Amino acid sequence: MNTPFLINAQGISLQLQQKQILHNISLHINEQQIVTLIGPNGAGKTSLARIVLGLTRHSSGKVERRKGLRVGYMPQRLHVEPTMPVSVEKFLTLAVNARKGEVDRALAEVNATALKSNQLHDLSGGELQRVLLARALIQDPQLLVLDEPAQGVDVNGQAELYRLITNIRDRHKCGVLLVSHDLHLVMSATDEVICLNQHVCCHGHPETVSNDPAYLELFGKKDAETLAVYTHHHNHSHDLAGDVVKDHSDC
Amino acid sequence: MADFIFRALLAGLMVALIAGPLGCFVVWRRMSYFGDTLAHSALLGVALGLLTDISLELTVIIACLGLAFLLVFLENRRELSTDTLLGILAHSALALGLVLISFTDSQVNLVAYLFGDLLTVSAENLWWIAGTLAVVTLMVIMNWNRLLTITLHEELAQVEGLDVVRVRLLLMVLIALIVAVSMKVVGVLLITSLLIIPPSCARFFARTPESMAIIASLVGSAAVCMGLSASWLWDTPTGPSIVLSASLLFIASRLLKNSAPG
Repeated sequence: MNTPFLINAQGISLQLQQKQILHNISLHINEQQIVTLIGPNGAGKTSLARIVLGLTRHSSGKVERRKGLRVGYMPQRLHVEPTMPVSVEKFLTLAVNARKGEVDRALAEVNATALKSNQLHDLSGGELQRVLLARALIQDPQLLVLDEPAQGVDVNGQAELYRLITNIRDRHKCGVLLVSHDLHLVMSATDEVICLNQHVCCHGHPETVSNDPAYLELFGKKDAETLAVYTHHHNHSHDLAGDVVKDHSDC
Repeated sequence: MADFIFRALLAGLMVALIAGPLGCFVVWRRMSYFGDTLAHSALLGVALGLLTDISLELTVIIACLGLAFLLVFLENRRELSTDTLLGILAHSALALGLVLISFTDSQVNLVAYLFGDLLTVSAENLWWIAGTLAVVTLMVIMNWNRLLTITLHEELAQVEGLDVVRVRLLLMVLIALIVAVSMKVVGVLLITSLLIIPPSCARFFARTPESMAIIASLVGSAAVCMGLSASWLWDTPTGPSIVLSASLLFIASRLLKNSAPG
């Protein structure tokens, strides 16, 4: 554990209006490591990412960031008011700390150079995601936080997007925190998977996690079988409210 | 040309020029109800001015700023939606203003505050408007990119290290200031239209935020000239004539856009 960490979070809990969103989560992201958060809707994936980003205050626990950590953030979606005329180039120039030449380089890196003078609200879902990724790259990030980057992108586009993310990690030597609810394409690129449902159900290498019964429980046997990349074992399951039920059958 | 017309024109143009860019943010961020609420509290400012014998300009600015800060404070408590809060604040401020005005002995011409009284702008009014708007213009120019950044995505801006709360507060203060000084021009009931209609015209033709702001300024200025001319020629009320001119320009730009190719 002596590798220099980017994020070291211990025992994170989050409570919002008496509702427990996250319970005792630990999360460790190292340099060049791709960590993926998976879990059903409402599992608290986005909340955890927001805590890492410093956008939400956690109720208890400790989050350590590397000193002077540069973060590139790709939000789940960008809603552009149709009343606001703004080009891709302008949007990228507005990035805080954007330097000259950086915009062109970032656009080239996500294969979106042709979009430069397009209006932001004319972009398709996949194009917008790539532009958002470019904006995150302008920060020259040590850590990339990507919240459901493949949302609204077709399957081919998704595969390409994940390949792009892996390339970016290799080129920029940055850590990546990826939030996702679909596993199909995420897995191959991931170093560590954290399976979340208000607490950490299981975590580990993709292959270990995908055989875990808790993981199978969470995503349904059928889905999990078609994926069957990620093997791991759980000692509990969840009822409909997401509460932990000790599982007598498995462990 | 008569002095009072010249002063009216000057005051109207100054307000229209800076209402263009600020109005764009009102449109982009859907803050028109916020503008209305400020306008209502401006009337409270008038009441306070009349009661305390402090300059009206100052009390109106204080009332508008006070309301903006109160709104930010209440929003942070997250107990009610902004929309509901604005409804409560707007009408409470208006009602309090009207009740307080009833305590003053002076014969108050309420209509002048509700619909504007551009033709009676004094040299002293003019200085207030010029001074306030000079500050507002300077702040808008200095913070233009920051304002755009938080308008596109607040959280992205925050992660990138921008002090989002401060920029948002600045925008609210700037809008409060322009509403406060525009009361003389179009009156409490019509102020928001001066912020909304010119940018809406400009949207049809603009490809960048900057061009939208500049076109909005020009449309607003044209509306002021047209409204004043109408008022001069046909003796119509000035404030409503200006707003109506802006509405006509909106319809014209809509038609123009339709007939233009692409």
